[in-house]
Amino acid sequence: MSSGKNPPAADAGLTHLAVSLRGVTKTYDNGVMALGPFDLTVRKGEFISLLGPSGCGKSTGLRLIAELSAPSSGIVRVAHHEGMVQPGHGIGFVFQEPTLMPWTSVRENVRLPLRLAGVPKAEACGRADAALASVGLADFADAFPRELSGGMKMRVSLARALVTDPDILLMDEPFAALDEITRFRLNNDLLALWRSLGKTVIFVTHSVFESVYLSQRVVVMTARPGRIQADIRIETVEPRGEAFRTSAAYSDYCRKVSAALAPSYSGQSTL
Amino acid sequence: MSAQATVTAKARSAQAALRFVLPVIVFAAGILAWELLVRIKGIPPYVLPAPSVIVLTLIKDWAVLSQSLATTLLTTLEGFAAASIGGIALALLFNQSKWVEYSLFPYAIVLQVTPVIAIAPLLLIYLEQQTAVVACAFIVAFFPVLSNTTLGLNSVDRNLAGLFQLYGASKPQTLRFLELPAALPYILGGLRIAGGLSLIGAVVAEIAAGTAGAGSGLAYRIAESGYRLNIPRMFAALLLLSLAGIVIYGVLAVVSHLVLRRWHESALGKEN
Repeated sequence: MSSGKNPPAADAGLTHLAVSLRGVTKTYDNGVMALGPFDLTVRKGEFISLLGPSGCGKSTGLRLIAELSAPSSGIVRVAHHEGMVQPGHGIGFVFQEPTLMPWTSVRENVRLPLRLAGVPKAEACGRADAALASVGLADFADAFPRELSGGMKMRVSLARALVTDPDILLMDEPFAALDEITRFRLNNDLLALWRSLGKTVIFVTHSVFESVYLSQRVVVMTARPGRIQADIRIETVEPRGEAFRTSAAYSDYCRKVSAALAPSYSGQSTL
Repeated sequence: MSAQATVTAKARSAQAALRFVLPVIVFAAGILAWELLVRIKGIPPYVLPAPSVIVLTLIKDWAVLSQSLATTLLTTLEGFAAASIGGIALALLFNQSKWVEYSLFPYAIVLQVTPVIAIAPLLLIYLEQQTAVVACAFIVAFFPVLSNTTLGLNSVDRNLAGLFQLYGASKPQTLRFLELPAALPYILGGLRIAGGLSLIGAVVAEIAAGTAGAGSGLAYRIAESGYRLNIPRMFAALLLLSLAGIVIYGVLAVVSHLVLRRWHESALGKEN
């Protein structure tokens, strides 16, 4: 991983950090500068949201952290727990689409990351079933993806991201295509999972309300190229629940985050 | 509401029955008209045999014709197998290396667009007869398999490909768990076309070989019966060829349906 190229001294500061981006930029082949320069540090166990207008490089940032693409400049560092055999296994990724293989069962879909890593079948199936149970889909292991609703497919996708027991969960607008009722339920389930599993979550969204409800920190980004506009800490009584969604503090935070986002949609941006 | 559902279900099954019954009625009417025309006008069998005469010839000459049918079917099967394996293998090779694809793909097209009936005599000069006939069937049938498989391998969902990359999948793993399953509907579509085409290739080669004086397939029987003015046998052999084509298509369609029925749109009922 990229951390291997750096002197050990630089790694010392990373012990309680899950992810660190320093002066990262990303320019695509067609000359479009999508991101940066961008600095971000995420502590272990933290739940942060990246919020910004569409095309501001939120997804690009996630892809850089997941090493699905390389930065044009700057340093991306991702902490891994000891004994990590292969790169990538410390990261679970949930895409905007459920991204399930339609030709095989739900269990096989969830087992895929373990299968690719060569985990024996019996163990892998057990872990896949456990992951499915944790998202409330234990009864649907033998169903095919097309037999599930949109929200259930997203849960399968989440189970697949959790099955390798990653330290970091990257979520790229995972609930954007769902209806509001389903989205609220999945928000609550995600918070419950985060509390019980203690993962670091980086959650990309374009919904102010979702970002405030879910995260400990909301990082507001500017339009292209994406930079950090504001970094807002959301402090409230944990655990959060439906009461928080209707509280005055919640609407205050929403107002604050919306204000930080305002330059992106009030025409002051260069685009 | 349930009454309404029953009504729609009834309407649907009635429509399904119509789709089956109508062609059968057309077929029966055609055969009847043909039989009547021949009998009333007193047309001799060497000009146009009646359907009843064709069926009788089929029974009378079954020993010869079944032998020929087996020969043609074997050739078709060998050509089809060669085309399937060759087409898929070549597509996989192209998928692994753009260099190979750029180097060879134009020649695959040349082979496809050159009429096989013009290549057959040359193949018969250079190859042993049976090999030449199979080669013809292969040449006609391999291209749809190749192009469909290539299309399928290139149609992999980008996010799924990213997922495989994220989990560090090796090339063989990506091929086995992602690319081949994703390409399967396309491959099966290619095979369905290839089945019919390999029969055509086999028949073309047999006719070319037949004029050279050897062979015993159904196409050869047609040519031979033509020289002898045995028109009823020509029709009987043609009937068998037609049936063989229908059976090949049907078998491949059923296999395709069975393989895809649990997940692919093409094999799902409309109500889903």
